[in-house]
Amino acid sequence: MINVRHYIAWRAAQELQEGDIVNLGIGIPVLVADYIPADRKLFLQSENGILGVGPTPPADQVDMDLINASKLPVSELPGASFFDSAMAFAMMRGGHVDKTVIGGLQVSQTGDIANWAIPGKDVLGVGGAMDLIVGARTVIVATTHLDPQGQPKVVKECTYPLTAKGEVDILVTEYAVFTFTNGQMILREAVDELTLEQLKEITPAEYRLAPDFKFVSRPVSLEQRGA
Amino acid sequence: MPAKFMTAKEAIALIPNGASMMVGGFGLSGQPMTLIDALLESDVCDLTVISNNVGQQGQGLGKLLLKDRLRKAIGTYFTSNPDVLRYQREGKLEVQLLPQGTFSEAIRLGGSGIAAFYTPTGAGTLLAEGKETKLFDGREYVLERSLRADIALIKAYKADRYGNLIYYKTARNFNPLMAMAADLTIAEVDEVVEIGELDPEKIVTPHLFVDVVVCREVSV
Repeated sequence: MINVRHYIAWRAAQELQEGDIVNLGIGIPVLVADYIPADRKLFLQSENGILGVGPTPPADQVDMDLINASKLPVSELPGASFFDSAMAFAMMRGGHVDKTVIGGLQVSQTGDIANWAIPGKDVLGVGGAMDLIVGARTVIVATTHLDPQGQPKVVKECTYPLTAKGEVDILVTEYAVFTFTNGQMILREAVDELTLEQLKEITPAEYRLAPDFKFVSRPVSLEQRGA
Repeated sequence: MPAKFMTAKEAIALIPNGASMMVGGFGLSGQPMTLIDALLESDVCDLTVISNNVGQQGQGLGKLLLKDRLRKAIGTYFTSNPDVLRYQREGKLEVQLLPQGTFSEAIRLGGSGIAAFYTPTGAGTLLAEGKETKLFDGREYVLERSLRADIALIKAYKADRYGNLIYYKTARNFNPLMAMAADLTIAEVDEVVEIGELDPEKIVTPHLFVDVVVCREVSV
């Protein structure tokens, strides 16, 4: 069995290029760091004031004043810098962060995203999601195709409170990759384990097929990872 | 004027009931724990805190919440402390939520003499409801008010005897911004060094922003 979350993270990691300044959100996006190809040098930025985030340190080197946005311990790479929160968000809002990978509760066919609140539930946290999505040059949403109740997350129109309007550029799920151009949703690839009709059944959003659309096979090497 | 050096107890005595109070920290990292503990031992109450989180459950600012010292919290992410939800439901705490970039910029500009600003963040969302918006170059921006407070409680790593400050790694976060945005800034530090010992190129908060320094280990 392919581990779905790890496949999504692996696939999203393929969208990151050499030299990119990248901010990874919480949830599936955290896993993306594990799948960045070893020969690709990226710079990870975190909202709490670090550019050049390194891997989780060994237990005896944990420093709780060196953490990421999820408040988990990290390390600093050579060439890292520290800065205050206003500068961290100036980097995002000012368009200096190339890419963000973030989770989603719903994504609409026009590139709207909802990922911070569920109707009828108390909403007590927004954090940096809105700034990140509005500001990062390329917004990559990495999420499961269906919610835990089996309801589609890739919809015509978001019914959950919006995080941002029309800001999503790439959507990666365990079944497909979509892109958004001029308010149009385009299917770039789908996994060969289901037909286009089956994909459509679980995807209420309207989308076009890319001229270079292709079916892909999920890599067997991701089997059982992180299970 | 150079900062005054005080004990935590003396510094906390400067805070009146009902004050608005910025408190540094991202979670517990960069929170002035000694000052918060001294506040717990005082009887200061009815506070409005402006802080990214209300600490964590039973820790940092979370302790003040449990002692019913807080009237209102303005911040970005209270989800990590379940007590905040409980207090809000029971009508014991008013909560105001802002996107984190808006929150940090509002503090920076509050300390910079700017009353309000337009940001694209939050446009078209619940958090922009009731706020004025304006199109610039075809993009929608939300008008946000800057933030100031009566008091800022911040945490730095080292101070010199004038009150110049440097910080430690990601414990810097909101602290230098809050230092600028309050009428009275109280800085808790781990260490105090002599004037000239901090490299002027590396000082993050010049002493004019700092009114009081409290050294965590040794009371000066």
